[in-house]
Amino acid sequence: MLSIENLHISIDDKPILRGIDLQVNPGEVHAIMGPNGSGKSTLAHILAGRPGYQVTQGSITYQGNDLLELEPEIRAREGVFLAFQYPVEIPGVSNIYLLKVALNAIRKHHGQDEVDALDFLALVKEKIQLLDMDEKFLYRAVNEGFSGGEKKRNEILQMAIMEPKLCVLDETDSGLDIDALKIAAQGVNSLRTPERSFILVTHYQRLLDYIEPDVVHVLAHGRIVKSGGPELALELEEKGYSWVEQAA
Amino acid sequence: MMNAVENITSHYLADYENSASALPGRHLPWLQQLCSDALQQFAQQGFPSPREEEWKYTNVSAIEKKRFSPAASEAAQAAVDSDWLDACRLADAWSLVLVDGRFSAQLSRLEGLPESVIVCAMAEALEKHPDRLEVRFGRALTRENHGFIHFTSAWFSDGLYLHIPPRTVLDKPVQLLHVVTKPDSLAVTRSLIDVESMAEAEVFETFVGVDDLAYLNASVTEVLVGDNARLDLYKLQCETGKAYHFGGTYVLQESHGRFQHHNFSFGGLLARNEVHTDLGRAAECQLNGLYIGRKRQHSDNHTRINHTQPHGISREMYKGILDQRARGVFQGRVVVFEGAQKTDSEMNNRNLLLSNDAEADTKPQLEIYNDDVKCSHGVTVGQLDEKSIFYLRSRCIDAETARNMLTFAFANEMVDKLPNRSFQGLVQAQLLAHFPQTGIVKEWL
Ligand SMILES: Nc1ncnc2c1ncn2[C@@H]1O[C@H](COP(=O)(O)OP(=O)(O)OP(=O)(O)O)[C@@H](O)[C@H]1O
Ligand SMILES: [Mg+2]
Repeated sequence: MLSIENLHISIDDKPILRGIDLQVNPGEVHAIMGPNGSGKSTLAHILAGRPGYQVTQGSITYQGNDLLELEPEIRAREGVFLAFQYPVEIPGVSNIYLLKVALNAIRKHHGQDEVDALDFLALVKEKIQLLDMDEKFLYRAVNEGFSGGEKKRNEILQMAIMEPKLCVLDETDSGLDIDALKIAAQGVNSLRTPERSFILVTHYQRLLDYIEPDVVHVLAHGRIVKSGGPELALELEEKGYSWVEQAA
Repeated sequence: MMNAVENITSHYLADYENSASALPGRHLPWLQQLCSDALQQFAQQGFPSPREEEWKYTNVSAIEKKRFSPAASEAAQAAVDSDWLDACRLADAWSLVLVDGRFSAQLSRLEGLPESVIVCAMAEALEKHPDRLEVRFGRALTRENHGFIHFTSAWFSDGLYLHIPPRTVLDKPVQLLHVVTKPDSLAVTRSLIDVESMAEAEVFETFVGVDDLAYLNASVTEVLVGDNARLDLYKLQCETGKAYHFGGTYVLQESHGRFQHHNFSFGGLLARNEVHTDLGRAAECQLNGLYIGRKRQHSDNHTRINHTQPHGISREMYKGILDQRARGVFQGRVVVFEGAQKTDSEMNNRNLLLSNDAEADTKPQLEIYNDDVKCSHGVTVGQLDEKSIFYLRSRCIDAETARNMLTFAFANEMVDKLPNRSFQGLVQAQLLAHFPQTGIVKEWL
């Protein structure tokens, strides 16, 4: 599914990621933890294709193709999805319109016809119920005036509609209350299939109580300094990051 | 310099002698006086120059170099394509059509007006209601005037006269359609909208030109809003890409009078829009505007809000979108006079620059001669937000469509606010024509 090899990334000539190796197989859930500023969001953005980063070394292969060669929208149509740590407000563009354009772009990319209007509405209503969101959010401008938690849920809604192959969730749990966290986790779990892979960036063990990861990685100073099973997250919760950072 | 002014004015002055007899109402002594004063002022000042503070960013010398002539009165009207004109019409409204600055009875739709209300051409009003006009005409133009206003006063060949008596609510809007059909022509109009106390009306001004003609359209609209009266005035300026447009709206609001202006300026090679209002006690005004420029278009938007009495409220939001080599100007002046306590005023101007060669000049001016007020203003000039573009791209939308969507959304915010659906449709149609890839955008409206 995804293979990152010796990836080095700089912003304005300042190295941010310093040799990342990561192998994600179909159906796997990888958690990435690590202190603030360690480069987690940078890694997530790189996967989605955000401009402004210099790749100084290394490669990313996605489904056998060089991911770094693809424009962000092509990556998205090919199934790479990023749930943003800070979802962007887009005044003047309604949520439902964005969902529809996104879905149709994916369908077109795969040689399918546009989605039927009624089918689309039924699909959206099903997903919005799953996430326990009010239908009125569909007709509001994308993220405009949404609370922090509502924005995060909206990201999951988009993900549920777009049905990506590789889901990268950047701190989707931050800002969610306990109930919302459960609902969001449910949403994610309902999307788990033997083919679909997840990269969950998180600071908290709590999310991993609901979505059990296959592998936990610790990112510090732009490197993965430790990887392990779910028990690693528990250990981090207990001891903090300093012991792994020192180990690095 | 004096020579230049003489040259410009002499062309119009020489012509004036010949043409004045064909201009309406000039037999009325008061109007004759008003016109000859205006002509004299124009002869001295010529058109405004960038040395004048209020014209700092707009150079009209291109207009001075051309010689526009009034179109012959009749003939033209038959030449207007009716399908094309219908596309400019507002559904379910009375319409008064001015072709090349003159009233066309044939193209206008004025049947079924309430008895007490007058909606007619200015020429007709000067015949039928000279006494009332003598008192009301020019009332909203008492502040210092510039060359364009003098020019318009001297030369106007027609316009709209609208009178709503006290306590009358007009149940359908009135549309004033300015159509220009002749190359190098001069269309000059003066209109008066007189809404008396507790009366209400909605008026739409639309400016269009045929094909790609070059011409000068100069129009002045005076608005009198009586106490507790209300007027919603909408303007859609879609002159041709070679046209010159001067459109001034001058408003006098009596106490508790409410005035709304929604100004959409899309056309013209050079366009100057002015909206000036004087607020009486506890009067409220809302001035909204959207100007779009591309190629070498120049769009100048000048507003002035005078708070002369206490408790006035003013809200202003102008947005500009400038592409290619276009230039947009916003000059918004709010003056709070000494006696205008408890004034509450907000002014905003936001500009979107879509190319490196586009330019936006924005100059908000607050002059406050009173301590007991709440006034704020804000201006921005910026590009499309890169984060938003990336967000949309990460949702499968290609970069160009993302840019178009964000640009359209920026503009559409002004259209969304429009209380009149039919006018909203007219503006949206124009907006869609301005942005490529409308197929996607249309379904979303
Ligand atoms: N555009 C930028 N310009 C300069 N430095 C940047 C930029 N973006 C990120 N950085 C720097 O890169 C480093 C990694 O940032 P990143 O956002 O990836 O961290 P993170 O691990 O996601 O942190 P957090 O847990 O706080 O979300 C930080 O030191 C940050 O300041
Ligand atoms: Mg982060």
